Amino acid sequence: MSEFEPKIVSFFCNWCTYTAADLAGTSRLSYPPNIKIIRVMCSGMVDPKYVLKAFLNGADGVLIGGCWPGDCHYINGNLKARRRVALLTELLDQYGIGPDRLWLRWIAASEGTMLKEVADEMTEKLKELGPSPLNKTTTKVA
Amino acid sequence: MSKYVKLSFDKGGLNTQLAEFFSGMLENQAVDALMAPMAQPKKGVMQTLVTSKDNLEPLDPFAPVMPVNSAKLASSLTAKPSGKRIAMVLRSCEVRALVELVKLKQANLDDTLLIGMDCLGRYENTDFLKFQAKQGTSESFLEGALNGKTESEGFDVAGACKICEQPVAPNVDIRICAIGSGAGSLYLEAVTEKGEEALSKAGAKFVDAPGGRDDAVKKLSAARTEARDALFASYREETGTFDALEEKLAACINCYNCRVACPVCYCKECVFVTDTFRHKGEQFIGWANSKGSLKMPTDTSFYHLTRITHIAAFCVGCGQCTSACPNDIDVMPIFRTSAAKAQARFDYEAGRSLDEPQPLSVFDNDELLEVTGQSK
Repeated sequence: MSEFEPKIVSFFCNWCTYTAADLAGTSRLSYPPNIKIIRVMCSGMVDPKYVLKAFLNGADGVLIGGCWPGDCHYINGNLKARRRVALLTELLDQYGIGPDRLWLRWIAASEGTMLKEVADEMTEKLKELGPSPLNKTTTKVA
Repeated sequence: MSKYVKLSFDKGGLNTQLAEFFSGMLENQAVDALMAPMAQPKKGVMQTLVTSKDNLEPLDPFAPVMPVNSAKLASSLTAKPSGKRIAMVLRSCEVRALVELVKLKQANLDDTLLIGMDCLGRYENTDFLKFQAKQGTSESFLEGALNGKTESEGFDVAGACKICEQPVAPNVDIRICAIGSGAGSLYLEAVTEKGEEALSKAGAKFVDAPGGRDDAVKKLSAARTEARDALFASYREETGTFDALEEKLAACINCYNCRVACPVCYCKECVFVTDTFRHKGEQFIGWANSKGSLKMPTDTSFYHLTRITHIAAFCVGCGQCTSACPNDIDVMPIFRTSAAKAQARFDYEAGRSLDEPQPLSVFDNDELLEVTGQSK
């Protein structure tokens, strides 16, 4: 299992977390390539369907990055995201996907270092957890 | 402070008594119209809207059948106001679903008089026809059910009803009380001022509360709660993995009947019938290629999971989803168990109160801190 590389679908808000990822890049901080970034205008536009679809298509984890409470470019999109994630974790837990596979983190535009830390931490955690029960592609490697 | 009216009836006289009372309501203009379950000319019992006291003869509210969850009917009657005052006889799950629709602004209670009847369960639609064919009546059903026997020859009330812990409807103006009312009698309880006024107009004489009702209701709720918790526990164990969930849903053919039957599936247009899911042929070929094979129709589990995220906060457990499934998938426990968890997480209960905001319609800076686990 040491070769297992988790696939983490990441929805980053344009104003904070995506900019933080940009900053991490320009600061030459390296973070694991397991994080596959999708830029969204706000964490509040991450429909629960997007998260479900990612898991159904074999993602091992989903990371949603938004602005800190109070800093949302759209005033409160991040707070809506938090409620939805709370709802989703209840659901994922019930059906064996495990609440540890869905993360919501506040990462401000200036927090490139934190972005690297969160990416490292999540990749590490998912390596421990192993492939998602819906990830049918990893078993091919003997 | 509740006030009660007693209706006594001889054998075979339950519906006549009720019809007489409602006739008084219409005649004295306590309301302009009444929607209540009534026997249909050919067969079956369905909600029926009447505006004249002369058309109440087929009234049969306690018939153990619920062809649709009437919250949806109440929504079509009230979302765009008729200007008429309408009384509606509803079961507990129908009232609770209606409360959620009101909060979603898909129904309006301004001109309504909600009459909640004690509910001891319903048969599946086809079973009810068998029940009727065997000369089963509302009275015979009530008599058995009040003594804990709902089973008829070869069938019983719906699974959802066996675990329904709320046989008595909340948030109504008037209740028709059968539980703990004693044989041969019913009580009408005026719960609100509006209810009391309507009963008074209909010429009611108020009497003391039926002794023993509270205890009888508590006892029934407790037994149902126990059954519910047992089902939840065994169901959660059975579906603890995603594979187990897929096994439950294996026969799903994307007919979306459960969505149509669901009183709280609130989207005006379901995303699963929009262009988002009208894929091109080449996309299907691509998926088949990358996965090795592709079950058609696709996205069945996705559909159910999405439906859970939409209705988890609002599910009242009426069980119409299971009844509607053409392939006999028992979807009710999937929605009810998930809904129980979601509603507990937000300290919310569907249908409990008109004043509680729906969980995903409000949010706060300093809540749910455990979701991110971060602090500044």
